[in-house]
Amino acid sequence: MIPPVANPDPTDPILRVGGLTVSFATDRDPVTAIRDVSFDVNPGEILSIVGESGSGKTVSLLSILGLTDPRTTTTSGSVIFKGKRILELPDREMRRIRGREIALISQDPMTALTPVYTIGMQIAEQIRAHQSISRRGARKRAVELLGEVGLPNPSEMVDRFPHQLSGGMRQRAVIAMALSCNPALLVADEPTTALDVTVQAQVLDLLRRLRKDFGSSIILITHDMGVVGEMADRVLVMYAGRVVESGTAEQIFDDPWHPYTWGLLASIPPLRGPRPERLASISGTPPTPANLPPGCAFAPRCRFRFEPCSNPPPRYKDDGHTALCFIPPEDRPRLRATVLGGERSAA
Amino acid sequence: MALTILQRLFQMLFVMFGISVLAFLIFFATPGADPAARIAGRNASPETVAAVRANFGLDRPLPIQYGLMMKRLFVTRDLTSFVNRGQRVIPQVLDAAPITLCLVVGAAFFWLVGGVVLGLLAAALRDSFIDKASMAIALVGVSIPAFWLGEVLNLVSQSRFHDTWLFAWVPALGYKPFWSDPWMWFKTLLIPWISLATLYIGLYGRVLRANLVEAYQEDFIRTARAKGLSPGRVLIKHALRTSLIPFITLFGLDFGALVGGQALLTEVVFGLNGIGRLTYQSLQTLDLPVILATVIYASFFVVMANALVDVVYVLIDPRVRGS
Repeated sequence: MIPPVANPDPTDPILRVGGLTVSFATDRDPVTAIRDVSFDVNPGEILSIVGESGSGKTVSLLSILGLTDPRTTTTSGSVIFKGKRILELPDREMRRIRGREIALISQDPMTALTPVYTIGMQIAEQIRAHQSISRRGARKRAVELLGEVGLPNPSEMVDRFPHQLSGGMRQRAVIAMALSCNPALLVADEPTTALDVTVQAQVLDLLRRLRKDFGSSIILITHDMGVVGEMADRVLVMYAGRVVESGTAEQIFDDPWHPYTWGLLASIPPLRGPRPERLASISGTPPTPANLPPGCAFAPRCRFRFEPCSNPPPRYKDDGHTALCFIPPEDRPRLRATVLGGERSAA
Repeated sequence: MALTILQRLFQMLFVMFGISVLAFLIFFATPGADPAARIAGRNASPETVAAVRANFGLDRPLPIQYGLMMKRLFVTRDLTSFVNRGQRVIPQVLDAAPITLCLVVGAAFFWLVGGVVLGLLAAALRDSFIDKASMAIALVGVSIPAFWLGEVLNLVSQSRFHDTWLFAWVPALGYKPFWSDPWMWFKTLLIPWISLATLYIGLYGRVLRANLVEAYQEDFIRTARAKGLSPGRVLIKHALRTSLIPFITLFGLDFGALVGGQALLTEVVFGLNGIGRLTYQSLQTLDLPVILATVIYASFFVVMANALVDVVYVLIDPRVRGS
């Protein structure tokens, strides 16, 4: 039995990930998909993890939750949740944390719900897995939750099957389910990717409200820099299984250090001014974990690579802002201006 | 939902009508073959053939022939076989049907339970020794012909070891009606059940395991695990329920075919005079009325089993219900 320990100090990080490394068994040698990922999540904070598809955002979070397949995956490093090392916990105890203290919102609401049960049953199932409450009580709570996430007519919706709901409604149901045990940490894996733009905005509003009303911390995985700018307190930029840059949202948007981050920022369509002929893009494709280049993983696609880049890059640190790059601080504004234009590098 | 089921039953009647027409045409309207001569049997005198022709109305137009035949099959039930000296067809089928039904329903119970248990076990302990061993045994079970297994079981239980404590309870071959002695009925059928079910346990176990393993790649399984549910609950409530569709489809096909006569080899080996054996014998003597009756009987069960499967779909998968 794990007592629901209160945080010793309310300002301590609720989740500390240190040196997380994940490798998969393949037919040949094991392949390291996540290498030395470290970050903290503070209470009530929205941490955003950005990166292209395949950069290891989802895998790192699944391994924190212990949802990777232990037959093919080895995880090392330390994950401390509310002062407890959770990677080493036996499955039985980890199950008490999963769904109750750390809840997951999946990427695709179309496939995230079991098709053969009503959404009410699926929400009640999670409540009953963690609390001793009557079937009736759990159902009543499910109706309340569906109302809280803004589904119209919750007492009717509770008996609907997933295929009877639209994408946005399903995502609300998934969020209601994630909230059912008032988790301290909410992990949202690209919660808006599969949704229409207007519904995206509603779901993001909902997440912001949750943070305000319940004080939950949120890890928001996305590849949409627009979503990051709107939501995040702090940002983690991942590339090829490593954290290439991290910092507060202001640091990342006003003074980005890593050429990869510059590329991501340059790819946001501008809201004002003339429409560009083409959106900027980063040429090439990210490397697969099996054939990472020996030095900086981004070097083959980087416009600014120079000799040292064939060696492992150093991590620059300043006031919580870190970047994994050889470009010295004094050269950054000049190089950055060639990607992002003048106005950003002024910051 | 009731409407869906009613619709399905209506479709079933329609399909059966079509099958009866087809079967009738194949046997009675094939060009170049005289059904009257076939029914009269080999070496029949021209007078007999003429009598048969008049008796069956084979000198009248085809639709009337069909109507007469169906009337004799279902209404007056006095269709007779000429090969077997005027034996009536319907009682023969009605005598054989319960034997086949008992054999197949009992075996189906064993193979459904066995298949689900084997599939669940192998999927839950995936890649472990138990998984590999059970799948290897299942492969052996699939590969063993039912008649061979039946003969071996007979050899062991009826002759070699019959006098030991292990098999002294095994009664002689042949069918004992349920109503006269249920315990005896059970004992005579137990070994046939096992021999028929072995093949299907292996097959169904492997199919279910494959579907379960596939289901574990689904997002909703990840959601279920992220909810903090126990592995058993994830397996039974979330993975099994959604993996059952192919399993049930397969069951409908196999069950219908077996009741319709595919259990022939098992019936012969264990001396059970079921539908398979009846069909086989009538084919050997080209006893057209009996063949017609057994084909229509078999089609009835295939169609029935498929309709039942559709009803089960509706029960386990809400997406089929229509909203």
